[in-house]
Amino acid sequence: MNNLRVIAAIFVKDLRIEWRNRETLSAMCVFGLLVIFLFNFAFGATGEQALRLLPAVLWVAFAFAGVLGFNRSFAAERENACLEAMMLAPIDAGAIFLGKMLANLFFLAMAEVVMVFAAALWYNFSFLPSLHWFVLIAFLGSLGFVSLGTIFGAIAANTRMREVMLPILLYPISFWILMLSMDSTSNALRGGGGDSLAGGIERVAGFSLVFTIAAYLLFEYVLEE
Amino acid sequence: MPPVASRAEPSLELRDVSKFFGDHAALKSIRLEIHAGDSIFLYGPNGAGKTTLLRLLASLSRATLGEVLFNGRPVERTAGMAQRAVGFASHQSLLYGELTVRENLRFFGSLFGMSGLAKRIEEVLELFNLRDRGGSFVRDLSRGLLQRVTLARAMLHDPTFLLLDEPFTGLDAKSVNRLEEILRRLPGEGKGLLFSTHSFEQGAPLAKRLLMLEAGRMKYLGPLALAPLDSLGITGAAPSDHE
Repeated sequence: MNNLRVIAAIFVKDLRIEWRNRETLSAMCVFGLLVIFLFNFAFGATGEQALRLLPAVLWVAFAFAGVLGFNRSFAAERENACLEAMMLAPIDAGAIFLGKMLANLFFLAMAEVVMVFAAALWYNFSFLPSLHWFVLIAFLGSLGFVSLGTIFGAIAANTRMREVMLPILLYPISFWILMLSMDSTSNALRGGGGDSLAGGIERVAGFSLVFTIAAYLLFEYVLEE
Repeated sequence: MPPVASRAEPSLELRDVSKFFGDHAALKSIRLEIHAGDSIFLYGPNGAGKTTLLRLLASLSRATLGEVLFNGRPVERTAGMAQRAVGFASHQSLLYGELTVRENLRFFGSLFGMSGLAKRIEEVLELFNLRDRGGSFVRDLSRGLLQRVTLARAMLHDPTFLLLDEPFTGLDAKSVNRLEEILRRLPGEGKGLLFSTHSFEQGAPLAKRLLMLEAGRMKYLGPLALAPLDSLGITGAAPSDHE
């Protein structure tokens, strides 16, 4: 119960700070939209070509936008050593992780909605027939990616070259979750049904669960000097 | 004389603690016990290890050697009781610039699971004469006001032990007087106080004991009244810098 209250307090605090400065979400959306637009400009894809290209374009855009969000997420904590203030309280490091992770997931989800909407317009592609599967895959893939991004964001925040360090640490580890999410998204957008999608979704869910639990358990050690 | 501790009396203790940063020893074999009602003035030149010592007691840092104990148990095995008992204010404000003073206090108070939080927030705002600043964004505060909010945050959960690193920094004369008055009162209210400041004249009247550090070693720990000031190199001015 105490942990739930702490998680909610951290989540609401991050949302309030973002509402005030609107830095994270706007940067994520602009960067994600730019990636989607540039790919569309370069390949001019519609129809079958769009179907081949969209899963990769979307997940590349999600991954790039996500890194911006994770960096910003810990910039606020680094300023005035606010993370230390949280460590002074009698709370689990895991609760801090979950609060930060949920806020990052919320921001990435918001940016993803904007990016998918733009992709549907620019690539003249309807997500509606497979929307429920797409949403499930996007949620599971994003969950794993955000969990890794949150813990590596905390690690990178304590390094000198933090903005450079985060993608260097994050992308190699999140490679599998991004690849599996792209593959499942491709299947879903091609109209694959429950049976053909089940294996891919299970793998994405499995990786996400493992990464989330591992990040939750290891966050305590990241907070130590 | 340091207060005599009963077994039930809360205590914070450094037992033969050393702290290394790489090859550099920031603290060497420190033995210190603080009890409720105690007041200790932590004094020493820059780089003596004052901040490191305070961070160890606040559980923000781990000892390389030795143990940090709360009520005789290692702090990491007190299930958060040590954190509840300690209030810490450092050089940095530990506050969110994008939140107002009240929002900051409400956030940190909620992490401590405090009941009657709204009332307590008003109390600490009143204590530091910040009531009319409760709605101000922390980013807009002057250095002195920021320091007062920092101290209010440290005292918000009514800790038994207050660890203050240079608490007078940035305060105007009126605020310094107010803080001195608060710090003088704390031991009488059963609180343990450990604070550092560079001005011996400012710190000495507020404490019963003196802990002098130099290059990470304890140079003196004992009653202030009995401290051999001349042999410690304290002649009214701050001791020479050994960095």
